[in-house]
Amino acid sequence: MSDIAILYDASKCTACRGCQVACKQWNDLSGDVTTNRGTYENPPDLSANTWLKIKFIEPEGELRWLFGRRSCMHCTEAACVEVCPTGALYHHELGFVAYDKSKCSGCGYCVEACPFDVPRSSSGAITGIRHANKCTLCQDRITNDQIPACVKSCPTGALKYGDRSDLLAEAKTRVSQLKETNSKANLYGENQLGGLHVLYILEDSPDVYGLPEDPKVPATATVWQNIIQPVGWGLAGFAVLGLGLNYIIAQRKIKMKSEGE
Amino acid sequence: MTNHWIDIRNSDCIMIIGSNAAENHPISFKWVTAAQERGGKLISVDPRFTRTSSKADIYAPMRSGTDITFIGGMIRYILNDMQSLSPAERAQKYNMDYVANYTNAAFIINDGFEGWKDLAHPGLFVGFNGKNSEVPGNLGSYDKSKWKYSNASTPATDAAVVNDTWTQFSGLNANCVLRKLWENYEVFTPEKVEEVTGCPVEKFLEVCEEYAASGAPGKAGTIMYAMGTTQHTYGTQNIRGYAIMQLLLGNIGVAGGGINALRGTSNVQGSTDMCLLSHILPGYLSMVNHKDQSLADYISRARGGKYPTAPTGLHGDTSASWWWLSDEAQNYKKYLVSLLKAWYMDNANEANDFGFNWLPKVTSGHDYTHIGTFESIADGIIKGMMVWGQNPAVGGPDSEGERHSMDNLEWLMVADLFETETAAFWKRPDPESADETSRVDSSKIKTEVFLLPAACSYEKQGSISNSGRWAQWRYKAVDPIGEAKADLAIIDELMLKLKEKYADDNSIQAEPINNLYWDYRTSGEYAHEADPNVVAKEIHGYNVADGSLVKNFVSLQTDGSTCCGNWLYSGMFDNSDGRNKAKDRNPVDTSLNQIGLYSGWTWCWPINRRIIYNRASVDFDGQPFDSEHPVIQRSNGAWLGDVPDGGWAAINEAGFGSKYLPFIMHPEGVAHIWGPGRAEGPFPVAYEPWESPLEENLVTGVVNSDAAGKGTPGFNNPCCYVGNLEGWNKKGTPDEYPYIGMTYRVAEHWQAGQMTRNHPWLAELQPEVFAEIGPDLAADKGIDNGDKVKISTARGFVNAVAIVTNRMQRMTIGGKTVDHVGVPWHWGFMGRSSAFHSSGNILTPHVGDANTTIPEYKTFLCDITKV
Repeated sequence: MSDIAILYDASKCTACRGCQVACKQWNDLSGDVTTNRGTYENPPDLSANTWLKIKFIEPEGELRWLFGRRSCMHCTEAACVEVCPTGALYHHELGFVAYDKSKCSGCGYCVEACPFDVPRSSSGAITGIRHANKCTLCQDRITNDQIPACVKSCPTGALKYGDRSDLLAEAKTRVSQLKETNSKANLYGENQLGGLHVLYILEDSPDVYGLPEDPKVPATATVWQNIIQPVGWGLAGFAVLGLGLNYIIAQRKIKMKSEGE
Repeated sequence: MTNHWIDIRNSDCIMIIGSNAAENHPISFKWVTAAQERGGKLISVDPRFTRTSSKADIYAPMRSGTDITFIGGMIRYILNDMQSLSPAERAQKYNMDYVANYTNAAFIINDGFEGWKDLAHPGLFVGFNGKNSEVPGNLGSYDKSKWKYSNASTPATDAAVVNDTWTQFSGLNANCVLRKLWENYEVFTPEKVEEVTGCPVEKFLEVCEEYAASGAPGKAGTIMYAMGTTQHTYGTQNIRGYAIMQLLLGNIGVAGGGINALRGTSNVQGSTDMCLLSHILPGYLSMVNHKDQSLADYISRARGGKYPTAPTGLHGDTSASWWWLSDEAQNYKKYLVSLLKAWYMDNANEANDFGFNWLPKVTSGHDYTHIGTFESIADGIIKGMMVWGQNPAVGGPDSEGERHSMDNLEWLMVADLFETETAAFWKRPDPESADETSRVDSSKIKTEVFLLPAACSYEKQGSISNSGRWAQWRYKAVDPIGEAKADLAIIDELMLKLKEKYADDNSIQAEPINNLYWDYRTSGEYAHEADPNVVAKEIHGYNVADGSLVKNFVSLQTDGSTCCGNWLYSGMFDNSDGRNKAKDRNPVDTSLNQIGLYSGWTWCWPINRRIIYNRASVDFDGQPFDSEHPVIQRSNGAWLGDVPDGGWAAINEAGFGSKYLPFIMHPEGVAHIWGPGRAEGPFPVAYEPWESPLEENLVTGVVNSDAAGKGTPGFNNPCCYVGNLEGWNKKGTPDEYPYIGMTYRVAEHWQAGQMTRNHPWLAELQPEVFAEIGPDLAADKGIDNGDKVKISTARGFVNAVAIVTNRMQRMTIGGKTVDHVGVPWHWGFMGRSSAFHSSGNILTPHVGDANTTIPEYKTFLCDITKV
């Protein structure tokens, strides 16, 4: 089976946020009480209730309004899958990072390992059991001949869903068209982390959108998945794991601080 | 819309002005994006850099309320360009056949006309009367007798324009429309545009060059506009400016062209068609006036001497408006009599003038629009009010004043999904109190309030008419919650109860109720409430004798044998199989070259014509100017494509006396560059908003000398509606309120917000009212992004969160620094996302457009301070 993907074309996005609402509707996620913080952007961050949000970017001192998308990038080399001790996060045969909530132990390693800072964990209101939450690429829809809810709601065609290879070709054509008037236009996600299953057409460099130019899976995550886990749950493993995860957490905290809101 | 949503994709150049379509009509951007993908250009003209601007190829800033100067400058650019070219070059770049033969550009007008530059009446056209007792609420009025064509029955034309042999405007007949147009806009130079609107000359010229290119034969430019255009004291003249420019560029009637009003809600088109306006009956028939004592009086006044006046000298020689106006055809009478039959059925007959005198009548000179209605409530004339699908306590101008006026009501009925601010006006925040959390003293308000729970659109079936005039049937998805009912069900029950109450009343006042025909219930689901399908059938029309459907409005009769609730919608059913075509869903596009008409998808008025004025899209042989996007095409003696605007042969094909001109609604058969029908003049002239930061109108030179606080003719629109009442319309001055305020909407909320502010997902996205200001103003006032601020006008104040953004740019206007403050108007004091003193319309003035009385929501004077 060939890989699928979502293509987000920022140059066509009007930030109407139909996608953001459609995501909440389909996945039955509640709305948070927010405040206006001097921006149209809300809620302030991804959360257990918010798996997709649109970013509003006004580059300092310029008369531009760029719109970006924050959600799971569905990496091929996925740190979250690497660190997940229970197999709750795994690669679906269609290539995206699927999630089986029933298997999630709520360890939170994925939250810390993700180079895009996407998964969030929360406790159930009644059970108190912790679970991770993130975009599932509407696995329940796409495996039933439906397109993802966000794509379905998009009025302009800024979001598309289909075979990754087709979307990649389409994106390249689009980028070359955009480059005629905007030399900064670029495609993001073709090769990052072995190829993302959410591809972005951007109007400026990735850092303007808050995206890492060259995202990496933390080394300790690889160690965990490829070395420790096969060895089994030995004491030594726990020790290494503890150290490693401490390192990842520290790195993430530093990164998140620098990114701000 | 002259065109329709999908047709936007056919455009070569889209100018969005007076609209933030990406924000307020998000789906329209499906088609804007499609046009851009095939190389079309997008121009955004707006005081703010908006979500729309973010997608535009060119963004041009413009001071709020200066559309006429901006467009006037573009008209001057186009005329100047035409004049600079030889006739042969001109014909390549502009569609001069169209300009000369499909508009009144070549017409000769009355010798006594004097323009606004005449020193005897600067800023005003000839005939200004000042205050007129006939229109007491308006600043002034005109005697239009000198605005007419030279010869009323067969206007003369200038052959040099018709044949396109001219070289200089000064060489044309002194009274030729094209020359008058040039004279009107001669001073609207790019430098003047910059001085007045704040748009830099280079940017303005970039817009002109790009848009004027849509004038070439085979090219099309469209204008998408909305409330940013209309909600001014000269909103109608703003649109006239667009229309004149589009006619000069040959952009009306063609695919990808038109002037396209993006209606503010999904069924505004339907509500205007069905006469939810005070000046018309269904199908845009003239409203009945108190002077109309009989049907004959009404018909003769409604037509008002508007008889076919086909001009001499053009390629076409006949107007089609006999259809609408002539004695022989009697169509006006057919439509009205059929309407009276629909309303009074068997009680309407020849002997009682078909119940004509049961119709409500308006009194000349009284304003019945939203503004006038609330003045009448304040004045104690109106004692009870029913509010449906509206929330004037949030949506009305000077909404604090309107809330206050409702204290005078004896009773108020509100049908809505939620308890709105209007329904709760009696417990509103008290703007007079120093404690901003206190409410008014409701013990002093005697109004009895009835709140009826209404069903939402998913809980009822019926048609909605979109901006493209498509009547689309929607089905009920779920039953209404609790005791909620569809609006139609509420009206049905109310009307039957009224008839019951008045049954034994023999007074003349009870006659319209007792004689009203009201029988809309069927069986099953509609055994106890009106069936929308029956209403739809009545709107389409049927033969009274046997209930059989008429074919369309051509079948209607003057003798009372047919009934029809709206002649414009007559044709919505197929009388051969009884099918309601609003329910059709054929997704196949069978139009020529698949230009996206989708004529089998629902039905549109008139008679499923998807692009109106489409006979203007073809040349004299009936061949499309744009062969890539043909709307209609003459082939072997027949028309292909869209339903043509009249099926007559092409002009060159037809014999003498049958060469029909394309603009069938006008007695002279051509479109109006010269438009004498409006209140304030045949051409748009620059006016300042009712509250302006300037002391002098920089175009007309008229100084603001308004001591009475009502307005200055020629500085302001000389005919704008300023009302009569003392206490309303408090006018601010620039020394006290130095900034330009404006209101608008956001994508996440809907109108007065009752449906969206109560929705957790939407309230999460836009949780509270904000004020957008630029960094320069923010620095001056010590305001940081996210600070709490107070915005105030002469009428009241709003507390908001400041959004400090580069998207709001400081301007220099006439040497003076000008800043804008933008406030969305969705919020109020009721519901989930709500706050005291949060309604943007508390700030807006209770004044309106000269022709329509639409309030001037979009420009006013304000102050802003950090709280």
